[in-house]
Amino acid sequence: MIAQQPVISCQNVWKLFGPAPADYMSGMQDTPDPETMQAAGYVAAVRDVTLDVFPGEILVVMGLSGSGKSTLLRCMSRLLDISSGTIKVDGQDIGALSERALIELRRNKMGMVFQNFGLLPHRTVLGNVSFPLEMRGQDRHDRRDRALEVIELVGLAGREDHFPHELSGGQQQRVGIARSLAIEPDIWFLDEPFSSLDPLIRSEMQEEFLRLQAGLGKTIVFITHDFDEALRLADRIAIMKDGIVVQCDTPEKVVLEPATPYVAKFTENIDKARVVRAGAMMVQGIAGIAANGDAVLADSTLHELARTLVDDDRDILPVEGADGKIIGMLDRQDALDLVVGTRT
Amino acid sequence: MNALLAYVAQPAARNQRLSIVVILVAAAITMALGRGMLPDSLIRPPEWMILPLADWINAFFDFLRDDMGMLAVTRSIAGGVETLLDVTANLLYGKNRWPWLGPIPWSVVAITAAVIGYGLGGTKLAVLAGATFLWVALMGQWQWAMETLSVIVVAAPVSVLLGLLVGISAWRSRRLAAVLNPILNIAQSLPHFAYMIPVVVFIGVGPKAGAIVTIIFSVPPMIRMTLLGLQKVPDEVIESGKMCGATGWQLLLRTRLPTARTDILIGVNQVIMQCLAMVVLASFIGMPGLGQKLLQLLQALRIGQSIEIGLTIVLLAITLDRFTRAWALRQPVHVPRGMPWHERYRLSLVWLVLVILAGGLSQVFPLLAEIGRGQGFSVGAAIDVVMDRVIVAIYPVTDWLRWFLIVWVFIPIRDAFLWMPFAAVLSLLAAVGYAVGGRRSAVICVAFFGYIAISGWWDRTMITVYTVVVSVVIAALLAFPTAIWATGSDARSRRVLLICDSMQTFPSFIYLIPMIMLFGVNDVAVVGAVVLFAAIPLVRYTIEGLRGVPLGLVEAAGMSGATRRQIRRHVLWPIALPTIMVGVNQAVMFSLFMVIIAAFIGTQDLGQEMQRALSSADVGKGLVLGLAVATIGLMVDHLIMKWASTVRPPS
Ligand SMILES: Nc1ncnc2c1ncn2[C@@H]1O[C@H](COP(=O)(O)OP(=O)(O)OP(=O)(O)O)[C@@H](O)[C@H]1O
Ligand SMILES: [Mg+2]
Repeated sequence: MIAQQPVISCQNVWKLFGPAPADYMSGMQDTPDPETMQAAGYVAAVRDVTLDVFPGEILVVMGLSGSGKSTLLRCMSRLLDISSGTIKVDGQDIGALSERALIELRRNKMGMVFQNFGLLPHRTVLGNVSFPLEMRGQDRHDRRDRALEVIELVGLAGREDHFPHELSGGQQQRVGIARSLAIEPDIWFLDEPFSSLDPLIRSEMQEEFLRLQAGLGKTIVFITHDFDEALRLADRIAIMKDGIVVQCDTPEKVVLEPATPYVAKFTENIDKARVVRAGAMMVQGIAGIAANGDAVLADSTLHELARTLVDDDRDILPVEGADGKIIGMLDRQDALDLVVGTRT
Repeated sequence: MNALLAYVAQPAARNQRLSIVVILVAAAITMALGRGMLPDSLIRPPEWMILPLADWINAFFDFLRDDMGMLAVTRSIAGGVETLLDVTANLLYGKNRWPWLGPIPWSVVAITAAVIGYGLGGTKLAVLAGATFLWVALMGQWQWAMETLSVIVVAAPVSVLLGLLVGISAWRSRRLAAVLNPILNIAQSLPHFAYMIPVVVFIGVGPKAGAIVTIIFSVPPMIRMTLLGLQKVPDEVIESGKMCGATGWQLLLRTRLPTARTDILIGVNQVIMQCLAMVVLASFIGMPGLGQKLLQLLQALRIGQSIEIGLTIVLLAITLDRFTRAWALRQPVHVPRGMPWHERYRLSLVWLVLVILAGGLSQVFPLLAEIGRGQGFSVGAAIDVVMDRVIVAIYPVTDWLRWFLIVWVFIPIRDAFLWMPFAAVLSLLAAVGYAVGGRRSAVICVAFFGYIAISGWWDRTMITVYTVVVSVVIAALLAFPTAIWATGSDARSRRVLLICDSMQTFPSFIYLIPMIMLFGVNDVAVVGAVVLFAAIPLVRYTIEGLRGVPLGLVEAAGMSGATRRQIRRHVLWPIALPTIMVGVNQAVMFSLFMVIIAAFIGTQDLGQEMQRALSSADVGKGLVLGLAVATIGLMVDHLIMKWASTVRPPS
């Protein structure tokens, strides 16, 4: 992952809402604080965000309501022009793209699921899902076949002819998901895509989502309010507060080493044992202590290892990677403390 | 509420404002009482103040017509419209023009209307539409009704198209929208006649002039609704279109316009209702049809037949309104899978079969094709006889009422209005403006009435104002108790609202019929018609205002131990008041229009002068008078909206 070129790369991105944001930004020497901005009639929805998203990665963005998640996503798809900074997609500055090039990019590369679905009320499910294909100028039959395929995928088969107002919220949301999938985008933006689904369908969709991801290796930016969902899906989590990305790290890091008290508060009620994997807690290398007995998998969470942690009587457990090689040592007591809480 | 709090929290500013208001009111009262000692120049606008506005406008129009060759342009546009009118005239009432197909048998038209009604709103609308056309045919009014409809059929689509184009351009260019907004405001407060005079000058009289004035008059609401609809489309729908890779035009045509469908169709509804109202009035510029017939019959006091024609117009209005509203509010419904084609297109098939049947039968029985004027089942004469009896029977009452109102109400109030020195009126208006919206509103009020002063029509305007004020007050006295009675139960208020809705669609002309019947041709009939017309929005908004009060508030007040009366006084009315004031605003607007229309039965206000300007095709005078009417309406609108925005919490 390290040597890879990022698919999306944000450099010092600012997004201000107000009368003339770009002028206001360039007129500033150092970055003004929110109060000064507010007094000048501006709202900084995204503040100085620097962030890379790598190929095949799922980046989950979290944060309180109004923290600027949707705005950041809209900047990445250039639905909004940013006030300063640069955003590159595949190495290309999207702020500099012509109208035509931008349309091509969206027609071929990007898909987006909107928080409030954004369905066209006068079109049927089929009409909505085939809309992006229509824009690409695909012919009628291909369009229909492809649309039916994705409609089936999201479990709406049999409702192709319904209009959005004839569907429930969750069904509408799935139409939005299907539409964004129709063109098989490489980059997929999802703004709380599962928020209106019932728990059962939600976990089904998450599963489907992970399966898709494993097969197709899309690059995904995913907004959610649900930490469990984030943990399930994320390669990395970016946590936003008042437009700033306060931490962007792997789920374990976010849970184990919160960068600020705000992040700590955010992860406070999480069952850490379900997040932290043996690989993240172990001491790397096998220096000093001899490894003996069964090893635990680096990829398993401490929650999954709970029984071993209780039953085993070794103080140090060897940890093996996916290839079966021992890669580190896990302190059993430390791990146990994390699972059941520290002894008081 | 916040504004109110801020207002209360600034005692210094408030005191200052209050003292200015008091000073202005005191000045007005002093001038009014001390009229005898005032110099003439404060009693009426002095000669030097009055500008020859009409001459200027006429010079401008002469320039347009003679030097710019506008006449050629307007004539050629009129020519295009006339071609269209000829087609519909041939189809609907068999005018001898291309395509030489008509007239379509009345039975076919009635069946078509009923089938469309069924498609839009089920059995109810089918019956309404079918019955309307059946009635028209049976009464022997087919020819007139078709003359009227043939113009609407041309004018409404043209107007919709124009409105859409302008609305879309205004949406695309913020500058155009900013320029357009005040123009639309004025256009929508200009009385009907103000539109007719330039049309007479540039086009002439007759059906094509009627069609063109109808088009011009009905465009503004379409522009408004298009702009509103396009602006209201949720951002996310557009963004989703963008993410699907739609280009600018694709976004407009395939996402924005279709998503704004409901608002645009409500615009279509308004266009059609405006068309009907105008087409009826266009009889004043020689437009044949129902309006002209009604005008003649009213002037000849043939009440029975007037009622019949009035009923036709009312039925047509309700049908057109219900049709377009059903269309606007209709949500698309999916067709179940595997439905065979003959079921899917069942309605069209039924229509086809019925039309062929009716067409065939009307070849055999000519009565199904055409019911001539003489063959109709008009009972106008019989109604006349009955009405005569009734009128004679209630004559003592109506006569007394007429005498009482004229001698004890109208004349004293009118004299009082005319007695007021104009400087006192301006001072009073400044005070009202100041009290409502501070200096800006005061300046606006004075500017609007200042225009009236320099226009040279002060006395006439005062008579119009007096008629409107008296009418709105009487209307309010009738409307508030009605509305309170109606809010007594759900069913009742729904029924009353339905009646208001229907009555609001009637062209204003209609309201004169019963009043002339009762009181004859005089001031009382005019005021009566205006009262009736103005009472409708008052009843409607009062009911909506009172019913819009959240139940929780009423319950909370009840739990605090308030009696029903206290609840009404301290909770219901204060919260409903802003909505009710919107009704008052509309009532004033409606009254102004009605007063001007009623002028043809003899008043001495702006309307009468307007009629004179119309008959002498004096564009300048007509527009000056029209603007005088518009300024009254706009001033009231400004005051009420300003006031409502200070009491209503900003949303
Ligand atoms: N078009 C706009 N004009 C002005 N301010 C805006 C606009 N869009 C968003 N904002 C402001 O930007 C901030 C961030 O909004 P954003 O929609 O990105 O939040 P969010 O994190 O997605 O919240 P949620 O979880 O509720 O969806 C908010 O304070 C919002 O009021
Ligand atoms: Mg959001």
